[in-house]
Amino acid sequence: MTSFPEAARVALGDSRLRENLRNATTTIRDKRARVVAEVPDWEELREAGRAIKADVMHRLDEYLLQFEAAVQAAGGNVHWARDAAEANALVLEIARAHDASEVVKVKSLATDEIGLNDALAAGGVQAIETDFAELILQLDGDWPSHILVPAIHRNRSEIRDLFLRTIAEPPLSDEPSELAETARVYLREKFLTAKVGISGANFGVAETGTVVVVESEGNGRMCTTLPPVLVTVMGIEKLVPTFPDLEVFLQLLPRSSTGERMNPYTSLWSGVTEGDGPREFHIVLLDSGRTRVLADEVGRQALHCIRCSACLNVCPVYSRTGGHAYGSVYPGPIGAILTPQLRGVEHAKSLPFASSLCGACYEVCPVKIDIPSVLLHLRSEVVRKAGSTPERVTMRGLARVFGRVRVYELAQRFARVVQRPARHLPGPLAKWTRTRELKPIPKETFREWWSRERGA
Amino acid sequence: MSAAREAILAAVRGATAGAAAPEPVARTYRRAGARSREERIDLLSERLVDYRANVRRVESARLREAVDERGVGRIGVPPGLPDAWRPAGAVDDRAVGPRELDELDGVLTGCTVAIAETGTLVLASGPAEGRRALTLVPDLHLCVVRTDQVVETVPEAFAALRGLERRPLTFVSGPSATSDIELKRVEGVHGPRRLIVVIVDGA
Repeated sequence: MTSFPEAARVALGDSRLRENLRNATTTIRDKRARVVAEVPDWEELREAGRAIKADVMHRLDEYLLQFEAAVQAAGGNVHWARDAAEANALVLEIARAHDASEVVKVKSLATDEIGLNDALAAGGVQAIETDFAELILQLDGDWPSHILVPAIHRNRSEIRDLFLRTIAEPPLSDEPSELAETARVYLREKFLTAKVGISGANFGVAETGTVVVVESEGNGRMCTTLPPVLVTVMGIEKLVPTFPDLEVFLQLLPRSSTGERMNPYTSLWSGVTEGDGPREFHIVLLDSGRTRVLADEVGRQALHCIRCSACLNVCPVYSRTGGHAYGSVYPGPIGAILTPQLRGVEHAKSLPFASSLCGACYEVCPVKIDIPSVLLHLRSEVVRKAGSTPERVTMRGLARVFGRVRVYELAQRFARVVQRPARHLPGPLAKWTRTRELKPIPKETFREWWSRERGA
Repeated sequence: MSAAREAILAAVRGATAGAAAPEPVARTYRRAGARSREERIDLLSERLVDYRANVRRVESARLREAVDERGVGRIGVPPGLPDAWRPAGAVDDRAVGPRELDELDGVLTGCTVAIAETGTLVLASGPAEGRRALTLVPDLHLCVVRTDQVVETVPEAFAALRGLERRPLTFVSGPSATSDIELKRVEGVHGPRRLIVVIVDGA
């Protein structure tokens, strides 16, 4: 993948993107701060959320088996997928078994992560994205730049032009309500006729086999209720142990995410229900790198993430570069620790460095993921795996010099003799002096002064 | 069982083997609220209005009148709706397809519990709530909330849902909305564009 600094340079040059991002991140950040301040026990909720997730990770095998049994008891089918290819094949097979050439789909990061839409298309099944922003991106062959508001890099007039090119007839204004109406009319027909719906999951309850989808527009309700067949793709880390655990996360998530006290719609279902909703329910439990993350004692807390995107909005790096620079469906601070772990640090080695370590992400995280610590941990992993780079050899040499007083003093004296009145360093070191002044080595160091004046 | 299942479970066990058990979860957050009944109801109305729902409080004797005033046209109703709530244009839900539901002007239901702090109505597929598609496809949702169904906090609502966990549940907080276009909130994308809540005393 393109390294973060290279991709970020391109993004930073796009002034409209930066304007949209600044507007979006500050607006959502302020909304979040207001509704979080309303909750007197916010810190207690955060702590409970963190502790529940820590328990889930510790006993994940038990909870997975419990969840599987509960879904099956409720008439659902449980499938397991080690990687993207297995998950995609499972979903494609189900769609084909029902002769579905089109499926309706709720926005889901897990399915974006595994590239489900492309895999379905390759198998002759078209996945229709029904979330407003995802629809925009799909119609335009673009991809998300923010977890919560994926098309935040698009302006209303661009959306109007896009709709006129694809799904609408003129006249069409760029009024948001008129654009939303266009999407409503276009997608309603899809909802009413689709044979298969596809969703992700915000939570799965081990005790009851309940799946939870949190959303705003109602497209999630449509996809999980109207088609006779429903397939949900859920990362194995999404479980919570008991039904009442949801009382914690349904307080933490909406306030952290959209800055609302509660999102407009939350759907919960367990298997199938006679006379209500799909007649057939499948859930695909997805690993795809998650067990690798779980094996890392420091990094496994990244699996606690409930995908609220609060860390994106407060991040001084994300709020300037936007999501595309991260080269992953998981952007921002959480992406910087999740992507390298899911793919292996060697495949995303610039991401752990895409942070100033200011810690704002940790402060807002509703489940208290210590993102800065994980970033540092991953940075050391990157360095460890990189082997003998010139930088590492230099540092090792310097460590030897700094580690022995004699050698250190000798080096100082030597440097004093050879130094030239230069302000800039040559070669690869020039980057350091481009924005810093090179201080000359003093005629006499403090240590030399000390031994001259007070020395033994 | 599948090879993938065994492999994932083995990987999970391998990843966490030998790790120290985390401390037990401390649930020190608020369970119950401290507001009086009236304050609770006022808060619910305020929060619902904040989400652009239309809210009206009536005496039980005047419920039908309030319903008829707002629910004009063909209004779908679930099979167990109390007779006293039935609007003039009531159409019984007979498990018709989504296209027939799409032709209704609206739907009238009750709810199981309402959360004041978050302005949320919880539908739990009870006899007066019906199946999920009924409250989803029509463009207007009229929801009757009895004052004894109003709780203050989210944990209180979960306590009220005990025993109903495996039913299809829908939490509704205001009408359908999107903020995807330049963060401007637009009410009504796919769910009902209008949500009218009638809070009724002791019905």
